[in-house]
Amino acid sequence: MFGLKGDWSLEVKERYFTLEDYCGAEPRWCTGCGDHGILAAVHRVCRDAQLKPEKTVAVSGIGCSSRLPHYMNTYGFHGLHGRALPVACGVKSRRPDLDVWVATGDGDCFSIGAAHWIHAMRYNMDLTVLVFDNGIYGLTKKQTSPTTPLDVPTNTHPSGALLPPMNPLTVTLGITNISFIAQIVDWNAQLRHEVIKKAHAHKGTSFVRIIQRCPVYVESIGKTLQDEPARLKLLTHEKGVQVDDTVKRQFPNHAEHDPSDIHAAREFAENPDELPLGILYLNPDAPRYDLMSAAGLEMTAEERLAGLNEALDHFAI
Amino acid sequence: MSDSHVEGDTRYLFKRDKTWWVKVAVPRTLRDELGYDLRRSLHTHDLEAARATRWEVIEEFRSEIEKVKALRGGETDEGKQSPGNRESRNGKSQAGPIAVDQHIVEIVSDSGEGAQKCGQLMGLVSGKMGNGVWTVEIIPAEIQPPARSQQGASGIRVRMGSKYMTNMGNEADMVVAFNEQVLYSRIQNGAYREGTVVLLENMWAEDPEPAVREQYAEALADFKQRGLVVHELPIQQECLKIVSDPRKGKNMFVLGMLCHIYDRDTTMAKEEIAKIFRKKSDTVIKINHDLLYAGYAFARDNIDYQFSITTAPEDRLDSVVVINGNQAAGLGVMAAGIEMVAMYPITPATSASHYLAEDFHLTGGFVHQAEDEIAAIGFAIGSSYAGKTACTITSGPGIALKTEMIGLAVMAEIPLVIIDVQRGGPATGLPTKIEQGDLLAALFGAPGDAPKVVLAASTISECFHFVVMARKLAESFRTPVLILTDANLATGVQAIERPDVTDEWFAPPIDQSPWDRNVPPYDWDEKTGLSERPIPGMRGGEYILTGLAHNRNSKIAYDTRSNQEGMDMRSRKLAALAATLKAPEVHGDPEGDLLIVGWGSTIGAIEEAVDLARAAGKNVSSVHLRFLSPLEPGLKEIFSRFRKIKTIELNYSDAPDAPLSGIENRRYAQLAYALRAHTLMDIDCWSKVPGHPLSPATIGRVIDETLEQMEGAE
Ligand SMILES: Cc1ncc(C[n+]2csc(CCOP(=O)(O)OP(=O)(O)O)c2C)c(N)n1
Ligand code: SF4
Ligand SMILES: [Mg+2]
Repeated sequence: MFGLKGDWSLEVKERYFTLEDYCGAEPRWCTGCGDHGILAAVHRVCRDAQLKPEKTVAVSGIGCSSRLPHYMNTYGFHGLHGRALPVACGVKSRRPDLDVWVATGDGDCFSIGAAHWIHAMRYNMDLTVLVFDNGIYGLTKKQTSPTTPLDVPTNTHPSGALLPPMNPLTVTLGITNISFIAQIVDWNAQLRHEVIKKAHAHKGTSFVRIIQRCPVYVESIGKTLQDEPARLKLLTHEKGVQVDDTVKRQFPNHAEHDPSDIHAAREFAENPDELPLGILYLNPDAPRYDLMSAAGLEMTAEERLAGLNEALDHFAI
Repeated sequence: MSDSHVEGDTRYLFKRDKTWWVKVAVPRTLRDELGYDLRRSLHTHDLEAARATRWEVIEEFRSEIEKVKALRGGETDEGKQSPGNRESRNGKSQAGPIAVDQHIVEIVSDSGEGAQKCGQLMGLVSGKMGNGVWTVEIIPAEIQPPARSQQGASGIRVRMGSKYMTNMGNEADMVVAFNEQVLYSRIQNGAYREGTVVLLENMWAEDPEPAVREQYAEALADFKQRGLVVHELPIQQECLKIVSDPRKGKNMFVLGMLCHIYDRDTTMAKEEIAKIFRKKSDTVIKINHDLLYAGYAFARDNIDYQFSITTAPEDRLDSVVVINGNQAAGLGVMAAGIEMVAMYPITPATSASHYLAEDFHLTGGFVHQAEDEIAAIGFAIGSSYAGKTACTITSGPGIALKTEMIGLAVMAEIPLVIIDVQRGGPATGLPTKIEQGDLLAALFGAPGDAPKVVLAASTISECFHFVVMARKLAESFRTPVLILTDANLATGVQAIERPDVTDEWFAPPIDQSPWDRNVPPYDWDEKTGLSERPIPGMRGGEYILTGLAHNRNSKIAYDTRSNQEGMDMRSRKLAALAATLKAPEVHGDPEGDLLIVGWGSTIGAIEEAVDLARAAGKNVSSVHLRFLSPLEPGLKEIFSRFRKIKTIELNYSDAPDAPLSGIENRRYAQLAYALRAHTLMDIDCWSKVPGHPLSPATIGRVIDETLEQMEGAE
């Protein structure tokens, strides 16, 4: 009568998780790679939320960034190039009890996986989606990605990218039923942590585009932004993200932005001269497909069997 | 695992579901009296018992055959009895209906005129009356082909018989046509023979357009020339007495006609009509009932044909469901306890999802319509990884897109059920038509070595049961399982024994008990390659699944030893599965001149053709394969007992005498290709891509020709 239950509900000692409980294998990213900082933020958010490692799943595609699950001590799914989102949606579809994270790259998400990006945003299942956007194909050694800036030379376009880069924020803000859009740079720990924490807490698909440094292949992208913080604009709001003065000093350019205002969000997103940082849009009430796809989960075997017989009755003569 | 496969002497025996039956073929000349064969249930599930009791029944059947033969005396001249003469001989019915053992009727029209509904009801009522029924839909490729176009035939074929029907049969005995042009595509398909009765709407003779009147007159003359027996009927005019727009309703009038012609129970038809229109008003139901009765009365007063299709009481199944193969697969998904089907619409697979969308909630399931086929299988894989083995349903082009994901499921050992309702390929191919063209893609269509389980359902009943089996195999062997069905099964409707469902078929509730941290996520058993998998939520089982080469700990490992070991283990699982299978049953004698090998939906036509040939004294048998990966054991041994082995398939192969084709470069049919590699035997093939199912008569000709060639070669 007083035995332990399978779901640990009678455990006498509360489980408390430290950062180490979320650390998997030793990261193999290059020194100076922005991915390290993002991983640290994910570990911290997991720790702060005291997520059970066995109930947490990190899903990724293929790319440098998609190695992230290996560096977690949770469940993980390192799948195919471009296909992290459908897999993550599938994981969530019948397992509302799992906390699902997605790590994807600019090639993974905006190029080969573009169809899934558009549709996963619209499904608005409860996922935390982190796009590691280094503006290049890292793993395959410096090919042009959809977000490679004009004139940056790559191995597929040695005299520089030919077309202007795609703007993932305006694209995402154009998708019906999005519920959370944010942008950060990998090199500010506090902003990084605050935004990812909010993204994780949000119920629905949280899309975080992370401008990430790849010093090995496109050092200039990160460097320009670090050297010229005026090209960034920090958006803060009580409904969005709040940071302290040290952060504000780093980003001298800031504005108050109510993230429920999608029109204002679109304006910030469209400005080519000042990349917005912070939460651009947040709608806690957008319909969630994961709540729909879980329909019927509670049915017992007897009920299912009765239902099956009813289905057969439809064809009986 | 496949208890349908039995070794040893099964002469004259066959198994329907679990019960053993005796079957004795009837000589061709006596078929009008006795039907294709005589059969009776032995009321036992036990093969030994059936073996012992069969002889008494066989003797009884033999003496019955002898008796009829004696009665017929010298009257058994082949020509007189050919089915082509059947109607002209006894079609005129003065003294009640003529008893026939089977009849094939088609209803063809422009699309949207309800011919299919009419045929479905005809099939349903016949099934209820105890007949064996097989219906196939005749589907134009476009949604709305122009009216009165030769390629626009939309309709249905209904084969009704005293016995259990397993295929669409040969040429139709009767066809009701709403206009004359739509008959042409059917004529091109060889659907009719000399003597086929055509009941033709005659309104076109009076059409205001002179061109239409001309077409009609021309066609009429042409049909007569072709030996069709045409009766022009004022169907439209009769319907106008009841409804103002007979485009809606003519089908019910025709149903009434057919009810009279085939002596069907109109009360049953009436009930079914009321069921169909249950969501409409009573007036709608009444109009349709009026049309039904008007058609019945019209036929009674104006049409001389009347037939009754005898039913053999022992052939009646106790409890049946009337379903097509896609509904069967959908029900199989539910019976397997699968909760998630992720799909993207593609003909002819979609109707399985349509069906599930209607009823899946009854078992707590959900249909996810994904943004494309890759996303569909990705979603299913995600759900499976999280412990809820899912299913994705598609057709050839979808399989092509899913290939990389199937490879991932193999590599990472994710259970998954994939249903491929095959259609004609390559590319967009023949979207609505049948082909067995995906076998090699199913077996080999992934980079690297990607061993997986591939099954082929050959009957509507198997479309159901194989899904249940597939989920179990997928989980036990930690692998994707691909089930091949096809457009013929998808749209063929049949009364099958109602499956005796049990919750033991359901997936067990997902295990969330802790995982022993000392057990790696791929704890491969050296002998079988099998391992248990941790499921998210299991404490201590945390692992990172990867599509990269990995070791037992699911750690990325590119080293030679790990890669080899992973490959070995995944392949060994198939060997372990093969070791549990039994050799397939030979239909007919276990040895002889010719062995036909088939797979998938051709089973009914092949076995019917083999039975006919055997009744005519030919030394031919057949064997039908259900497991294509791994292949069922014992094939080489079975094959070695025949002088010649030939596969019959609905996919492409070079004809042996095709220009530039020779022994060195002939491209073989897909199963033949696989079997040649597997057995190192010189297996021949006959295959075609007609876009429609093979008839027993076509297969019969192939058998005859092959045997003749073998004789000639001696
Ligand atoms: C189907 C397929 N196509 C191509 C590749 C090769 N590939 C692997 S990662 C990658 C691009 C990765 O770029 P990104 O998503 O930006 O990730 P990063 O490495 O920059 O983090 C490519 C093209 C693949 N693995 N699979
Ligand atoms: S190549 Fe670039 S993105 Fe990849 S690990 Fe190195 S620095 Fe990071
Ligand atoms: Mg990148």
